[in-house]
Amino acid sequence: MKKLFASLGLICALGSPGLALAQDAAAPVEEAAVVEMVEAVAAEAPVAEVAPAETAPAEEAAAPVPDKGDTAWMMVSTLLVILMIVPGVALFYGGLVRAKNMLSVLTQVMAIFCLIAILWAVYGYSLAFGDGGGLNWAIGDLSKLFLAGITPASTAATFSAGVVIPEFTFVAFQLSFAAITVALIVGGLAERVKFSALLVFALLWFTFSYLPIAHMVWATGGYLFSKGDLDFAGGTVVHINAGIAALVGALVLGKRIGYGRDAMPPHSLPMTMIGASLLWVGWFGFNAGSNLEATGGAALAFINTILATAAAGLAWMFAEWMLRGKPSMLGVASGVVAGLVAITPAAGLVGPMGGIVLGAIAGVVCLWGVTGLKKTLGYDDTLDVFGIHGIGGIIGAIGTGIFVSPALGGVGVADYSMAGQVVTQVTGVLITIVWSGVVSFIAFKLIGMTMGLRVSEEQEREGLDTASHGERAYTL
Amino acid sequence: MKFVTAIIKPFKLDEVREALSAIGVTGLTVTEVKGFGRQKGHTELYRGAEYVVDFLPKVKIEIATRAELLERVIEAIEKAANTGKIGDGKIFVTSLEQVVRIRTGESGPDAL
Repeated sequence: MKKLFASLGLICALGSPGLALAQDAAAPVEEAAVVEMVEAVAAEAPVAEVAPAETAPAEEAAAPVPDKGDTAWMMVSTLLVILMIVPGVALFYGGLVRAKNMLSVLTQVMAIFCLIAILWAVYGYSLAFGDGGGLNWAIGDLSKLFLAGITPASTAATFSAGVVIPEFTFVAFQLSFAAITVALIVGGLAERVKFSALLVFALLWFTFSYLPIAHMVWATGGYLFSKGDLDFAGGTVVHINAGIAALVGALVLGKRIGYGRDAMPPHSLPMTMIGASLLWVGWFGFNAGSNLEATGGAALAFINTILATAAAGLAWMFAEWMLRGKPSMLGVASGVVAGLVAITPAAGLVGPMGGIVLGAIAGVVCLWGVTGLKKTLGYDDTLDVFGIHGIGGIIGAIGTGIFVSPALGGVGVADYSMAGQVVTQVTGVLITIVWSGVVSFIAFKLIGMTMGLRVSEEQEREGLDTASHGERAYTL
Repeated sequence: MKFVTAIIKPFKLDEVREALSAIGVTGLTVTEVKGFGRQKGHTELYRGAEYVVDFLPKVKIEIATRAELLERVIEAIEKAANTGKIGDGKIFVTSLEQVVRIRTGESGPDAL
């Protein structure tokens, strides 16, 4: 009970007045909002049916209507991204931990998805994509708390003038991005983090790191958006952001007991292979879906998501084969994920051959990230979130600035100069690193001081499955 | 009565059982075990982490036999389990003081 109060106090202390209010009022207002929504639907449905028949030509010019193909594609894309989280990331991570911690990882990923989904509807969407007025360079506003004012008739803009998709679809699509970003951090903390501490961290980090970075990069008027920073599907917002949080978490939490001395091999690489494959399949929603329309741009992101990924898988495999003697399944799977990460910011912006080069570079450099770099710096990032998502994200973000060049087969951007674009990309990377790093450090330290970050030594040795969740993954 | 414990390579189990049946051994006990001897272990590599696996999987078979059958039992195991490569295993022989068949209460060589 004490711990619960401590964490609640922490939330209130850190949250803005609006946020604290949102927390307190969550349950009743949400119910009210649902009721209002239902009424709004009921009221609007007949109007929507009648309107096109009566004033079709005038209506089209005034308010664009979502295309059914775009809408269907975006809903499928949203589902694909959800597939990446549960079960994709959950199994990818779960297979890599020891059997005694399998369920803890699965629980962490699924619970985070549920938590972020709710927070996204309560205040996340509004803060990420609203107009923050004077603070609009960094954050949105609270005008759409509890998705206020959004109806089935509401629309969200796409990259083409006059083309829109239903706003609910956009809300759901972006919700899945927020959820996977926070879920990725689990990998850096696995096998020792306290479950309650992880949930509080998820809330804090989502609020103070994910939302501002997403706003800065993707929302109209956001600082990096205005500067022309290119991040097609979330290299900075998702991967660098999460990678840095995981690195800071691994450093603040400290190493697992026995790290470097005891053998801690993955308990089920087949699970990891299934998870990596689900990630790859789901990533088509992530990348091609980020085009927001079912057009040629989505097709380019789609083919890049195949080719860059395949190049990275091969690059990692061959590099490992040469340097360490054997090509491993975990190597190919890790290379595949590294390639997916690297092509994310570039997906709809670079040509297929540029994508292949970018993927191959990411495959080799991320192999170094999880071996050489990790050994040199000596941190225990359990599942290499920084080595793959952080490093891969940085390569992708900077590489996007290079391979977007029409001379290299990219689609180009207005007033393109490679040096200028790379500087912009590096700015985006640095802002994300510093922002996420600082927020993560403060959040982890605060939680560490109040409720504690790690389970007890005894519980860690026992395994989090039985110690934290009272169940075991396998009874053989 | 003698008690024979043999550590063999797992894939040799069926051949050893057949050879023992052929000379009239009517029962044995099998356990999957791990251990190390002169055969070196191997290393496993998971991304940056390298683990030396010292204990290799082996199969342990245990046979209680009449003393006069002992030499043939040893010979059968030795022949069937041999690959000529390091790691083929070992045979240990000890004296067996007493045997009781639980169902009937018979004891001594009759219980074998």
